Amino acid sequence: MAAATLTVAFFVAPLVGLLQRVDWSGLSGELSSPQAWDALRLSLICSASATVLAILFGTPLAWLLARGDLPGRAVIRSLVLLPMVLPPVVGGVALLSAFSLRSPIGGWLNDTFGIQLTFSSAGVVMAEAFVAMPFFVITVEGALRGMDSRFEEAAASLGAGRLTVFRRVTLPMVAPSVVAGAVLAWARALGEFGATITFAGNIAGRTRTLPLAVYLALETNQQGAIALSIVLLVVSLVVLVSLRDRWLMRT
Amino acid sequence: MRTKQTLIRWTLVTVAALTMLVGCSDSADKTSGSDDAARATPRSELKGTVVVSAATSLTEVFTEIADQFTAANPDVDVEFNFDSSSTLATQIIEGAPADVYASADEANMTKLTDAGVIAGKPAIFAENELVIVTKPGNPSGIDNLSDLATAGVISLCGEEVPCGRYAAQILEKAGVAISEANVTRGQNVGATLAAVTEGDAAAAIVYVTDARSAGDQVEAVPVPAEVNVTATYPIGVLESSEASDVAEAFMAHVLSDEGQAVLSRYGFLLPR
Repeated sequence: MAAATLTVAFFVAPLVGLLQRVDWSGLSGELSSPQAWDALRLSLICSASATVLAILFGTPLAWLLARGDLPGRAVIRSLVLLPMVLPPVVGGVALLSAFSLRSPIGGWLNDTFGIQLTFSSAGVVMAEAFVAMPFFVITVEGALRGMDSRFEEAAASLGAGRLTVFRRVTLPMVAPSVVAGAVLAWARALGEFGATITFAGNIAGRTRTLPLAVYLALETNQQGAIALSIVLLVVSLVVLVSLRDRWLMRT
Repeated sequence: MRTKQTLIRWTLVTVAALTMLVGCSDSADKTSGSDDAARATPRSELKGTVVVSAATSLTEVFTEIADQFTAANPDVDVEFNFDSSSTLATQIIEGAPADVYASADEANMTKLTDAGVIAGKPAIFAENELVIVTKPGNPSGIDNLSDLATAGVISLCGEEVPCGRYAAQILEKAGVAISEANVTRGQNVGATLAAVTEGDAAAAIVYVTDARSAGDQVEAVPVPAEVNVTATYPIGVLESSEASDVAEAFMAHVLSDEGQAVLSRYGFLLPR
């Protein structure tokens, strides 16, 4: 009991610390600065794009990992989950070595299509998707694996094609997990710092997302940094509330 | 329910792996020079550990100076916290433990003396100049400061970081304006340099000493003397230091002929 109280206090103390340093009267002023808006807008756009990518590319992978009959599944799963344990800065360096202008792929993209990923918002989306997608894949894979496959078999025996079964039976049954995985991935993408600053740089309006802006503002304008932190805190709370059925209402 | 079990299992695996990663990494730079122990005469009475918070541009030279210092004082340990002077100043004002602070500019030292956390008077121990660095072979053809305005993405230090402030002064003197949309800001001079050596930035403005230690990873393009600025490095002992005798001895060693010789070997200018 005492240990549990201490644990709760450990989580509450930093929140209280942050909140008691907020200059509430100046908050709206700090948040209405163009720099804050740029960072917020960029963060929302990039994290939403990264989440869409995670859903589009993560769903087939999750299905394959859960149901597919593929060799070396354990290896593939470890590879996909690696970004969850890898320090994000290392992820950024790895992305650089694969996609910088001097790397084979990055050089080819630039020579052939004139696409440069480093220092671009697309690079931010890539870095965020790299660290966030595993959260989506693992959540959806778990749901698919735990699902009772008799419903799908019943549908198939009644003449539904594979795509129809997936669309009308499988997807609705795992929908809550898809949503939860997407929200988790989005929250992770929104908070991404290390891979982003390493791979995409720190350019105002183009790659300077909210966490980067908070870090930069800590030295110049602490109230600004705290105000931006509050925005991230509010967003995190919204995520928690939206997932309340899953985590908070557990009996 | 297997969903939750899987999730929990993976969370445990993740936590275990993270613990291992954290456990393996050495969080502090420890220096314990034993190879120069022969020179340690006479044996010193100093004992204890000092934490030196120093500007990133001092990483290599201070590590070597600390090796000298610990060789002469075998019972002393020097631990380092290298980051931008402005980050370190923020940390110290917020109460981060440190015994010695060495900044790459006087503005951040003044922040600390104004806050009353520096004991005594800081001393200037080195000077530095700035230089443009490009990728090896200078593929963007950068010959002078004005070329920076059109060369693509330029890496500069954060505006409050000393190297960022010096770069801004140089660009202003030279009358060159680089659009902020083409500037990526490094959180310290190391990160600013890495955007050129590791990343895709066309050029950066860093210290002469950084360009030197980067070797053939970069090509240096000099900044004309009439617009260059002199970076001054002050050092001071913190009021809160619990090993102030060791801290003062370290500071004295940096200012000694022996310490100054190392600084000069790394390309720092000695204060006039």
